Amino acid sequence: MPESDKSFDKEGLGNILLVAVSLCLVCAIVVSTAAVLLKPQQKLNQELDQKQNILRAAGMLPEDSNVDPQGRSIDELFGQFTVRAVDLRTGRFTDEVDPASYDPIKAAKDPARSMELSDTQDIATIGRRENVSLVYLKESEGGVDKLVIPVRGYGLWGTLYGYLAIEGDLSTVAGLGFYSQKETPGLGGEVDNPAWKAQWHGVSLFDQSGKPAVRLVKSRSPEGSMAAGYEVDALSGATLTTRGVQNLVQFWTGDLGFGLFLENLKSTT
Amino acid sequence: MATPKEVLVDPIFNNNPIALQVLGICSALAVTVNMSTTLVMCAAVIFVTTLSNVAVSAVRNRVPTNIRIIVQMTIIASLVIVVDQVLQAVAYDISKSLSVFVGLIITNCIVMGRAEAFAMQNGPWLSALDGFGTALGYSVMLVGVALVREPLGSGSLMGFEILPRVTDGGWYPANGMMLLAPSAFFIIGLFIWAIRGWKKDQVEEADYEIAPNLQYKEVM
Repeated sequence: MPESDKSFDKEGLGNILLVAVSLCLVCAIVVSTAAVLLKPQQKLNQELDQKQNILRAAGMLPEDSNVDPQGRSIDELFGQFTVRAVDLRTGRFTDEVDPASYDPIKAAKDPARSMELSDTQDIATIGRRENVSLVYLKESEGGVDKLVIPVRGYGLWGTLYGYLAIEGDLSTVAGLGFYSQKETPGLGGEVDNPAWKAQWHGVSLFDQSGKPAVRLVKSRSPEGSMAAGYEVDALSGATLTTRGVQNLVQFWTGDLGFGLFLENLKSTT
Repeated sequence: MATPKEVLVDPIFNNNPIALQVLGICSALAVTVNMSTTLVMCAAVIFVTTLSNVAVSAVRNRVPTNIRIIVQMTIIASLVIVVDQVLQAVAYDISKSLSVFVGLIITNCIVMGRAEAFAMQNGPWLSALDGFGTALGYSVMLVGVALVREPLGSGSLMGFEILPRVTDGGWYPANGMMLLAPSAFFIIGLFIWAIRGWKKDQVEEADYEIAPNLQYKEVM
């Protein structure tokens, strides 16, 4: 094709700069417009997702639906919960942070707001534990109806993040659910299987001396025996995931987790 | 010059980006565990490839040869970020399960390949058809893989149960391998075999001939 316009040099430095700058400008405007316009909706989605995870762990929302059997929406159901910050060192409520904007997982990475765990303490392999965490309380007349605590711990491929819901007696599990995990699909990934999760309902967290006692076992103790109350079936073919789940539940209900808080709450109610 | 119809339809079976060119395998392995994520991924790729082809083609006469690849990358990357943002706003659950793979459309060889090989030489209209057709070829392949993986791996399709699994009290023992990435390799391999059995001209000539096994004495 003959060059019709002699003054236009496509390969010249001027044109290179012009094309580069104007392209960057156009693309930057497109990308930032999309990001700014969609931000509120995205934030809403994230919050809704978190509420949904908490409600599912507490067994108040079915796995495959966004409304409970009575037709109540996520926001309506979550409205029954109050979010409180808890100082894990003392086991008491604290007003140090604003529960609405506080992120415990972020805090755990900050040396000033977390403590390092030694090898013997760190059974859940999380490295550091935040000083202040959040709890979700569903109160009814005369006390606690349900309590949901955030839990996390290392499985086989990565950290499992989830919520543990505890009944009003503060020693029986209402449910356990993970919202983020990287376990092998079909093996460790079965931590998301509703049939497996259903077993957690009614499991006792503490033995008579008050120590975390939940165990994931290959064969259950005889029905009705003392030990059977602490047991959940292990996941077949996923020894390390199973161990990780057992450790993380024991850690977060133990003295370094929410153990002190649960004791305090028990004695006040 | 190819006719518009050829440009659009050829990549679906005659010149399929996955089956013949063997590009874009990475995401084909990663997102085909279930049908709904697959369909969203396909829609995202169709959107990005079509629009990036149009955009690259529209500016092709102005773009200096020295920086053309960067220009193409910038256009593609911007489109992908827009898609990612939109997904996070309107389909949060699916965007979570697609995780990094939406972002990785940027590095999908198909998108870049069409921009460089087709859009730089053709007008916007023809480039749009080419982008759409190529992404459609990619989609046909992905949907095919998901159609095998989801029912065999989790006994469902689009989340609806079609084979009741043993773990849920049914009769079908789920095939765990179908949930893992390597299974897609086997399925894509079988598809390539089937397509080349049907369209013999796609069979590649052998690069070399394998010599027969010889005894030591014969060699000497």
